[in-house]
Amino acid sequence: MAVLTVSRRLLLQGTAALAGLATLGLRAHAAGGGRLVVAADSEPKNLNPAIVASNGVFFVASKVIEPLAEASYTGENGLAPRLALAWEGSSDGLSVTFRLRPDVTWHDGKPFTSADVAFSALQVWKPLQNLGRTIFADLTAVDTPDPLTAVFRFSQPTPIQLIRNALPAVTAVLPRHLYEGTDIATNPANVQLVGTGPYRFAEYKPGQYYRLTRNDAYWDKGKPALEEIIFRVLPDRAGAGAALEADEIQLAAFSAVPLADLARIAKVPGIKVVPEGYEGLTYQLVVEINHRRKELADLKVRQAIAHAIDRKFVVDTIFLGYATASTGPVPKNAGEFYTPDVETYPFDVARANALLDEAGYTRGADGVRFTLRLLPAPYFNETRQFGDYLKQALKAVGIDAQLVNNDAAAHIKAVYADHAFDLAVAPPVFRGDPAISTTILVKSGLPAGVPFSNQGGFVSAEIDAVIAQAARTVDTSARTQLYKTFQKLVAADLPLINVAEWGFITVARDTVENVASNPRWAVSNWSDTALQG
Amino acid sequence: MTGNWVLARRRALAAVPVLLILVLATFLLLELASGDAVDAYLVTSGGGDATLVAQLRQHYGLDQSVLARLWIYLAALAHLDLGWSVAFDRPVSALITERLPNTLLLMGSALALSFGLGSLLGVVAGARPGSLTDRLLSVGSLALYAVPGFWLGLVLVLFFTVDLRWLPGSGIETIASGKTGLARAADIARHLVLPVAALGFIYLALFLRVMRSAMAEVWQLDFVTFAQAKGLSRARIVWRHVARNALLPLVTMLGLQAAAMLGGSVVIESVFAIPGFGRLASEAVAGRDGPLLAGIILVSAVMVIAINLAIDLLYAWLDPRIGARQAG
Repeated sequence: MAVLTVSRRLLLQGTAALAGLATLGLRAHAAGGGRLVVAADSEPKNLNPAIVASNGVFFVASKVIEPLAEASYTGENGLAPRLALAWEGSSDGLSVTFRLRPDVTWHDGKPFTSADVAFSALQVWKPLQNLGRTIFADLTAVDTPDPLTAVFRFSQPTPIQLIRNALPAVTAVLPRHLYEGTDIATNPANVQLVGTGPYRFAEYKPGQYYRLTRNDAYWDKGKPALEEIIFRVLPDRAGAGAALEADEIQLAAFSAVPLADLARIAKVPGIKVVPEGYEGLTYQLVVEINHRRKELADLKVRQAIAHAIDRKFVVDTIFLGYATASTGPVPKNAGEFYTPDVETYPFDVARANALLDEAGYTRGADGVRFTLRLLPAPYFNETRQFGDYLKQALKAVGIDAQLVNNDAAAHIKAVYADHAFDLAVAPPVFRGDPAISTTILVKSGLPAGVPFSNQGGFVSAEIDAVIAQAARTVDTSARTQLYKTFQKLVAADLPLINVAEWGFITVARDTVENVASNPRWAVSNWSDTALQG
Repeated sequence: MTGNWVLARRRALAAVPVLLILVLATFLLLELASGDAVDAYLVTSGGGDATLVAQLRQHYGLDQSVLARLWIYLAALAHLDLGWSVAFDRPVSALITERLPNTLLLMGSALALSFGLGSLLGVVAGARPGSLTDRLLSVGSLALYAVPGFWLGLVLVLFFTVDLRWLPGSGIETIASGKTGLARAADIARHLVLPVAALGFIYLALFLRVMRSAMAEVWQLDFVTFAQAKGLSRARIVWRHVARNALLPLVTMLGLQAAAMLGGSVVIESVFAIPGFGRLASEAVAGRDGPLLAGIILVSAVMVIAINLAIDLLYAWLDPRIGARQAG
């Protein structure tokens, strides 16, 4: 590689035309002096994390607007305090008390108080937020006995374990004084953010960048370390890798540099590849199944498909080792809930063929048992590549899968509204608690059109009952046990097939310090992230 | 001058039904595509429950029939209102006004490069048809034409940005540089070198080939033989007689390629992260943003019509016989 580089340089430097360009005296300047330039591949139209709880929004907004607590590798129950210092649930599950951090001010200088938390919970998280609508469905009031105490009152028992696990993602606090009495959904502060975080929102140039600047009045004295963070909009992934190599940017998170480029870019001097920092943002590779289809309603067929998938091949070849094979609907790094004690489906083509024969789907003269429509989700390279692999894997057991590739909007409609699929490949995210992630892919009774939910027509009264019971079980160990039962039932019934689970990869210049300092690092506040020199 | 006005007025009138058909086709074609703006939004926002989905659809007016939405759009358009972008939550006119100058700058520079250098090299190739120079230029231009724009863009970035560190590989200007006036213009020019080269070099080949072919035809005409018989120098014959008369087909190409280049900018703007019109169009399609896409196509069509009118007027100026026919 080094020889090739020198050769190109000599070749190019020898040409008169390029010498002409050189005379322009143009030289790319590496950003420095406390400015961190980061690749961003999207521009959410609503940047408010209290309304839109998604990683694309958190990536930028988490540096400006803070939640009550953040995920932590070392903190109690995996949490580190942010705007709340402590939290405690009542034994009946009808209230949760938050003790708030003193001496915190909003970026416009107004004091942060429990009234802001009450307003955010009742007026934003519960009615407007995609996840909060589930978690705070039974929230009836928030008492504020003093400026640093907020007591959440629920009409039905709400597990403190769920509230705890959801704190990092769903409790971004908004300034009441800027939102009260306005149309919250269209408030200008949804784009021009005002928070309590280590960085202030300075500027947004559509199509170009977001610029955040240091909050000198941040409550964590001495932080943040950086003067400025720029999120530079780079829609092309190859472009993000090149910009990193050229030191035009210093960091690319969320696998903005494609997995296939990692081995090469890791050898570039001055660049590091960091796979940590996403343990709290695990994505799951699953095969969604339309149970309305006669063949797929047969458990033996679903078991055969599960046996036909070589998970090791998927992990090694599609994810290039940056993933783990799944055993069930809860990922292994969710240690609080995960159980390996479930039925598994090792790669076994002979067993898969035998199961299909037993189910009565024998091969025809052309070797095909039946034909299916297979729709891979287009959001990630890996989901598309797995679609290609699955087609081949199914062919080996006599199932002819017809690939249907759509763009994102068309895929959502085909799978979750029209049910125009037999198998689909999906990448749901595990959000720290089964109640707000994996269970929605299994429980029945959801109307058509709800994205990323069970739209395959699967119905199991037993699984539905376990999910409903867990939603009301306040005792943490009893609730955890219910979710272990849930995993066993799902692995046995196969409403969907869990294949692999993965986090993303960060690629950064060596000069960037404190990358991956918590399990949700990419979407946390980066108050300790620094640049050397 | 009167003839030109007649031509301009006639073109403007003819453009009205064309634009209307374009708007209708855009709206209805996007309707045929599976998924709507809410589906596209839910992908990026992490989903939501049934109530939220219904609220969003109502908020965007997607609970109304396509005809009702089309009627509302056309009524607004009659008042020169391009509508509201659902994907960006901003007025379409503001988005277009913001992005169009970047694309015009990119296209204009690329067109000037491809037309200027292409026609010049075409003259060099056409000056001695069949010579080694001619053959080298012909093969070289064909090779350039065969290269996909995104690939050429990435290779240029690899060489000039990653290896040599001479030129920036992304963006339209340095972020938050605070530069103004000439310093800012120089900064933008620096950022445009690679994207203009990636876009312009491909079209350069076309101009070179057309110029060369046109010159080859002109060489066969009697007045060239007459000029040679008069004993004029070869340089004088090439520049004053052959190249000048071969220029007309190039002017036609200029109009056609301007439209093609608008399409080519979609890819180049994505590769070089330039917030332009082309990238906006691709974002509008991905976001199923009907009003924005219709606005983009409308403005693009007006631009193409205006460019072609300008080409016709230029033609008329270059050759008054053509101008008289058009006006008539």
